[in-house]
Amino acid sequence: MSSFARSPASAAARPIGDAGDFNSDIRLSVEQVSYAYSANPTQAPLFTLEATRFQARPGEIVAIVGPNACGKSTLLKLIAGSLEPLSGRVLLNGFVTHALPHRTRGQRIAMVQQESPLLFPSRAWEFVLQGRHPYGRTLRFETEEDILIARNALAQVGAEHLTDRFMDQISGGEKQRVILARALAQQPLLLLLDEPTLHLDIGAQVDLLETLRRLASANRYTVVVVTHELNLAGQYADQVALFQKGKCLRVGPPATVFQRELLEQVFQTPLTVELGSSGRPRVNMPSAK
Amino acid sequence: MRPLTLSRLLAHCAILSAVLFVVVVIALKLGAVPVSLYGLGHDLLRVLFRQTSQLSSEYQLIIFDIRLPRILLGIFVGASLSVAGASFQALLRNPLADPYVLGVSSGAAVGAIIGLVIEPHLALSPAVAALLTPIGAFLGAALTVTAVYFLGLRQGQIDSGTLLLAGIITASFLQAIIMFFMSTLTGGNYRGMAFWMMGELSTPPQRIVSLILRFGFFLSAAAIYTTASDLNLLLAGEKEAMHLGVDVRRVRLVVYIAASLLTGLAVSVSGAIGYVGLLVPHVMRLLFGSDHRILLPTAAFGGAIAVVVADTLARTVVSPSELPVGAMTAIAGAPLFLYLMRRRLA
Repeated sequence: MSSFARSPASAAARPIGDAGDFNSDIRLSVEQVSYAYSANPTQAPLFTLEATRFQARPGEIVAIVGPNACGKSTLLKLIAGSLEPLSGRVLLNGFVTHALPHRTRGQRIAMVQQESPLLFPSRAWEFVLQGRHPYGRTLRFETEEDILIARNALAQVGAEHLTDRFMDQISGGEKQRVILARALAQQPLLLLLDEPTLHLDIGAQVDLLETLRRLASANRYTVVVVTHELNLAGQYADQVALFQKGKCLRVGPPATVFQRELLEQVFQTPLTVELGSSGRPRVNMPSAK
Repeated sequence: MRPLTLSRLLAHCAILSAVLFVVVVIALKLGAVPVSLYGLGHDLLRVLFRQTSQLSSEYQLIIFDIRLPRILLGIFVGASLSVAGASFQALLRNPLADPYVLGVSSGAAVGAIIGLVIEPHLALSPAVAALLTPIGAFLGAALTVTAVYFLGLRQGQIDSGTLLLAGIITASFLQAIIMFFMSTLTGGNYRGMAFWMMGELSTPPQRIVSLILRFGFFLSAAAIYTTASDLNLLLAGEKEAMHLGVDVRRVRLVVYIAASLLTGLAVSVSGAIGYVGLLVPHVMRLLFGSDHRILLPTAAFGGAIAVVVADTLARTVVSPSELPVGAMTAIAGAPLFLYLMRRRLA
């Protein structure tokens, strides 16, 4: 996996005081970030995200959960730096993500979005090579190194056999793997995923999360994933951030966040929570009346 | 895995330039006055070796003063429209986008006509006056593409169907404005204008205008080409592209301006030749793939070939009379547009 470890040489621009033991350092720091959407500036905002803070280390998976329209995806965009926070800031290794130049941001932060349709058919390898774009200069043709990294990325998600297939001719689970491979080809520090398990069957969901868990520890990515799957979050995340109506109610290890009363209040439905032998919570619906 | 390499790009361009050369030779030969291939070859060699004095004056007139400039004009117009079409398709994420369908050509035509109409009222030197038409066409194209873009937005996102409808309605509105201006014209001018609206290459532009056309083409095409790999990512959506390190706002600005300039220049010398920008990039995508690093140059060659072929047909099928070249491209292009549209709906 050595090709995925970020070489220290590229860290020349790291701020002073951030040169200590990299692994135990805080990599992602979300500091009192808030945001507001409004139809026009004179009106009251239609949606607000209240000040939110949490931190994550390399190799950690943070899951953002909550009901629809609670601000999960907005927070992800703020972390990615594609939205500018109203107040507060998001730091990646000490740099404000929103202020990073586009190319640098593309080298540090990879985003796996809910899939968007492709206009013209392209093959999986072409798609994965797009992940090398932030490293290329204008019109630069892909180098041997780029090809190697793309192959490696496909191998890491177990999708070598899809290399020459067309993206519109493979299953949803396979497509999600290829999209993840493109994110890996960016060799990011921070891997963001917006509902990656949407439209996947349960086998493919578990598969994807297993892959993420493995990659996070092998490549020292910091992973932030927005999801509706409470049990996947409970099973695989190191930290969970629970949101309701633009407000972060609690952040912490799954067992401390997934409390029955809290979840019932947030999701407005009766639930049961049990702790497994590994100390990880399981959320269930009580049997129907 | 077989990524694009420079040698593959150059090889494809070499093949297409050979095809273009053959097409040009055939176009030089065909016409109301027959020219033998042998005589043509002989004369071309003489010109290359600068022995122009040995040319028969009749040949010289037909080949080098009439047909060749017209073919050169067709080459630049075709390449401009085709590159503009490929750019609009990527930028608007719409495979049916083309300067003609989006109303950009009509906008350029209105701008060009306004330039023509106000020209006599301004006391300008002839060289500056000649520039009014291309400048007007560029401004018309740029304004139209901006308007159509915003009309095609739905909740901040470009909506394919809305965009095309906005383009078509804008085009018909602009056509009405053109009709209004045309009604103020008299007999001979009217026929010229009607032909120009359909797209024609028979009126040679002024020297300065054709220089601007060539210079503008290379400048705009080069500007668009610097964004070629960004355009590949924009096809996957603006948000996706942004997360892969593309400065979407800069790319959008560069390509909109450059593609509007290409359209404006082409329209100011040849009128609204339709479907080249639609048809050619699609054929090139089928042949060479949808990577813009190869699509843009091959589309330029393809557009040149298509317009020279269409114009040769336009001036030979009803010889000694002539069709507007826009009629030829529409005959071939409209059915293809419908085919592509149906296939996408399926």
